[in-house]
Amino acid sequence: MTDEQKSLAPANPKMTARDVKVFYGPKQAIKGVSIDVDMDNVTAFIGPSGCGKSTFLRTLNRMNDTVASARVEGTITLDGEDIYAPSMDVVQLRARVGMVFQKPNPFPKSIYENIAYGPRIHGLAASKADMDVIVEKSLRRAGLWEEVKDRLQDSGTALSGGQQQRLCIGRAIAVEPEVILMDEPCSALDPIATAKIEELIHELRGRYAIVIVTHNMQQAARVSQRTAFFHLGELVEYGVTSDIFTNPKAERTKDYITGRYG
Amino acid sequence: MTGPAIILLLAGLGAIAWVSARARAMRLQTAARATGRRDAVHSLPGYHGWYVALWTLIPAGIFLAVWANIAPGLVTQSVLADPAAQALPADGFARSAILGEARAIASGLQAGAFNPASQALVEPYRTAISEYGIAGAALALILAFAGGAYAFTRIRPDFRARTRVERLVMMALLLASLLAIVTTLGIVASLLWESFRFFSMVNPIDFLFGFKWSPQSAAMGYGNDDAFGAIPLFWGTIFIGAIIAMIVAIPLGLMSAVYLTQYASPAVRKWMKPLLEVLAGVPTVVYGYFAALTVAPALRDFAVAIGIQGASSESALAAGLVMGVMIIPFVSSMADDSIAAVPQSMRDGSLAMGATTSETIKRVLVPAALPGVVGGVLLAVSRAIGETMIVVMAAGLAANLTLNPFASVTTVTTQIVQLLTGDQEFDSAKTLAAFALGLVLFVVTLLLNIVALRVVKKYREAYE
Repeated sequence: MTDEQKSLAPANPKMTARDVKVFYGPKQAIKGVSIDVDMDNVTAFIGPSGCGKSTFLRTLNRMNDTVASARVEGTITLDGEDIYAPSMDVVQLRARVGMVFQKPNPFPKSIYENIAYGPRIHGLAASKADMDVIVEKSLRRAGLWEEVKDRLQDSGTALSGGQQQRLCIGRAIAVEPEVILMDEPCSALDPIATAKIEELIHELRGRYAIVIVTHNMQQAARVSQRTAFFHLGELVEYGVTSDIFTNPKAERTKDYITGRYG
Repeated sequence: MTGPAIILLLAGLGAIAWVSARARAMRLQTAARATGRRDAVHSLPGYHGWYVALWTLIPAGIFLAVWANIAPGLVTQSVLADPAAQALPADGFARSAILGEARAIASGLQAGAFNPASQALVEPYRTAISEYGIAGAALALILAFAGGAYAFTRIRPDFRARTRVERLVMMALLLASLLAIVTTLGIVASLLWESFRFFSMVNPIDFLFGFKWSPQSAAMGYGNDDAFGAIPLFWGTIFIGAIIAMIVAIPLGLMSAVYLTQYASPAVRKWMKPLLEVLAGVPTVVYGYFAALTVAPALRDFAVAIGIQGASSESALAAGLVMGVMIIPFVSSMADDSIAAVPQSMRDGSLAMGATTSETIKRVLVPAALPGVVGGVLLAVSRAIGETMIVVMAAGLAANLTLNPFASVTTVTTQIVQLLTGDQEFDSAKTLAAFALGLVLFVVTLLLNIVALRVVKKYREAYE
């Protein structure tokens, strides 16, 4: 275990949340969560179903804005800037904080157009040649280039589930985000496709701050350096992944990790 | 014996059959149960009741239906055999007029005879009708008793009456659905037949590709050859239904669907969507007079004011605009369905990339929903070109081949109405042309519907 992994107070916090509360109508889903997301490490959110981990993840790029009844309190910052401030442009925020969803959701367009979608909206490519470069780079980073380079014009929906999910990761990467949020990215995939995604997460670490929500504790142990355990809308414990799994401090964490509930 | 009486009598017999069969089944089953074997009893007593009642009613009912069709012929036969019928004129038309009158008097529909020749035949008719009536009733009753008795003797505790009744119910349901299909086939057959007669008088090529439509001149004896060129009608129909109406309905329908699915809050959507659908419930005749009395004069005044030539008070534009408004709910509800069928994850995916709502709609939702929208538009077109009331009231009768939307054009449906209303001979090319037009309309809308449904279905599968 390296020293870097041991120190919990991150040297380089990319996003910080302070006393974040989320309400759906009268129901409170998140009860005052404070957490720092580190730039250099992969952070995993674990916890039983309905514990609020996905809800909290969606506050980090304001995807909860699309739910009419949702209301967020507290502060969340990205590089020290309050993302819920009125001056924050949510469109720009989401370009900086990308997201990969539970089920692969490629657009019913060609592979090329799926990747080019974001750069095109944000005007990142001045010419077709620029766009070709972006598409190739993104697909390479998503580990998909070798498999699809000869059929970029095929529909993205014709790929296998695992390939579709890597396409979605490539799509998120294409807009050069700083943070990538992954909401149970492997829950709809088979073990081999899952292994590929996990490998990819390892490769992307350091270039992007990565937050991954997962049901699968082994996966959290494999891909992350920081783990946060959520239960009933609270952040129960947050620490170095190896500590959480070998030496949890809270009773609830220990019960969950040992499979007492979940 | 009269019809209603015999039917009531049969119904009574059926009821008696039901009650007695049920009672008998009950008695037999009570005895059978006493033996203690589990399979001794098969159906509930009520099913035995139904089984016997149906055997009582169905054969007799079928016989009555057949009898009602052949009895008048038999009656006439026997009247003609009467000596009084020897005096009838040989001419077929006069003969049937006299026979018809005599029959009407005999069955009490008419009080006295205009033609004294009829009077002599009233009495033979009266006897014949009553004889055949009694014979029919007697045969029906015999059949009812025979059927009922046959079924009654089959009642045993383990008789599978339930299965038999089930099969009969299935056949009744099958008959009901066949009736609709047979009706459709009958309509198509009559269209085909009458069109065939028309095409034996007018060359189909001249009809489908001719540029001059003036059936009136054909009716006045100037020959059929150039009078039935239907191109101006087809053009008018397309101009109003598929061009002007769609220019109104597609953008408005699509935009309202996008607003309702993407922007409207649930509260707004809840009252706005039904309100929009009310448009579809307005009777077309109301649209028709709105088009003819309000829109058309206003458009003509406008056209005259800006100096457009050939402006008419019955314009293609007036009919097309109003028809477009009428079609909006069709387009919007189809578009609404297909946009709503695009998975939420697609929308989230786009928003999470930093796209705005309108970018998401333009680049993801509408393209993904497009096949469904196209299907909706095709259905709307097929509905628009078959629409009659608006164009009859607002589009005019002049078969012009023009691109000027302020001019008067006519449509296929308008001409069908024109050809068939009023006193017409039924064997002239003019009247039969209506069937040929109807056939063309039928084929076109059928094709549009098939294509539209296929497109929509294929698209639905893509996400399921």
